[in-house]
Amino acid sequence: MQDEYLQLLAGCASNVRFEAGQFVLREGEEAHEFFLIRHGKVALEVFAPERGSITIQTLGEGEVLGWSWLVPPYRWRFDARAIELTRAIALDGKCLREKSEKDCCLGYELLKRFSQVMVEHLQATRFQLLNVYDAH
Amino acid sequence: MLPHPYRVQRVRRETPDTFTLALEPESGRRELAFAPGQFNMLYAFGVGEVPISISGDPAKPAVLVHTTREVGTVTRAMRKLKPLDSLGVRGPFGTRWPVTPARGADVVIVAGGIGLAPLRPALYQILAARKHYGKVVLLYGTRTPADILFRRELQQWHSRFDLEVHVTVDRAMSNWRGNVGVVTSLVARAPFDPYSTLAMVCGPEIMMRFTVQELERRNVAVENIYLSMERNMKCAVGWCGHCQFGPTFICKDGPVFRYDRIQALLAIREI
Repeated sequence: MQDEYLQLLAGCASNVRFEAGQFVLREGEEAHEFFLIRHGKVALEVFAPERGSITIQTLGEGEVLGWSWLVPPYRWRFDARAIELTRAIALDGKCLREKSEKDCCLGYELLKRFSQVMVEHLQATRFQLLNVYDAH
Repeated sequence: MLPHPYRVQRVRRETPDTFTLALEPESGRRELAFAPGQFNMLYAFGVGEVPISISGDPAKPAVLVHTTREVGTVTRAMRKLKPLDSLGVRGPFGTRWPVTPARGADVVIVAGGIGLAPLRPALYQILAARKHYGKVVLLYGTRTPADILFRRELQQWHSRFDLEVHVTVDRAMSNWRGNVGVVTSLVARAPFDPYSTLAMVCGPEIMMRFTVQELERRNVAVENIYLSMERNMKCAVGWCGHCQFGPTFICKDGPVFRYDRIQALLAIREI
């Protein structure tokens, strides 16, 4: 990525910290940022009545949390909760969206990287759906 | 071809649908030496015979340990066995995990579900000669926390300084503090040198295929990846043909195969 874009991203970034048990984001809320996890672990959860919160994936050090800021309606689809003390870099997704509308090359660079993340998550989800450990 | 009688020493339930049998030879019979990766044919008298991987320590052959899932008539009958009941044993059969050739390299063991059972003897041997190996990493995935096999042992291994253990489940409730995600997601972050690594993989075939893809992405050479294959095995000596896998028989040319030797066969759906 060009230095100019890296500088732009750095300008949109801030350090954040979540204590164990703290929600990072909640289903249905507006999605205007995403996170690069530097340390700790975050659980992606969905709440089911009479069953409680179900963890569908955990994300750890070096992983990206959140892509709903990229696609309309820009609302989180799941809860994300810190399982342990978690430190992350929060990036202003709304600002990056607006800048990408004006600079398509920036938009392409971001989409190239996020599409890779999405594909990996989709592959993993498809694998989970197969229930490979069930007796056949 | 004749089964030798063994006596049940104990039966332990491991998970809701998996149990371990510990067997000892009836008096006068010698211990059965085996290599990691091999299996025995266990015969429930009056019911039938099934192939089951040996899951115990090769250095302790006095007690023969097998772990299996309760899925059919024979294994359901075995689940009901009690200490001092008799069982027939034929074996050991099949090829072994490359524990000795792995010396000097990093070792990555990737297990899915019941696949940890045939890999456990390999890990026992590696840990018994730990100084001969580089990094040793165990990646284990299963369906839910309740399905974790050998839980107490996993916790003991996890506490060692010379072994990295990572466990993940496909799904969990929010009181689970561990990883949730498919076992293949652990490969990308596992600490090993891909250019000097030997990988041993066992689990459902789909899981093994996806795991090999991730290992290849990390540049592990295909000739350094080993899989344990499974097909219907009946005679265990290469006669009946039930376990034929292309030009090979799983019972005698496997179950442990070097991946590059069966890579093309895995893509053929008809076999």
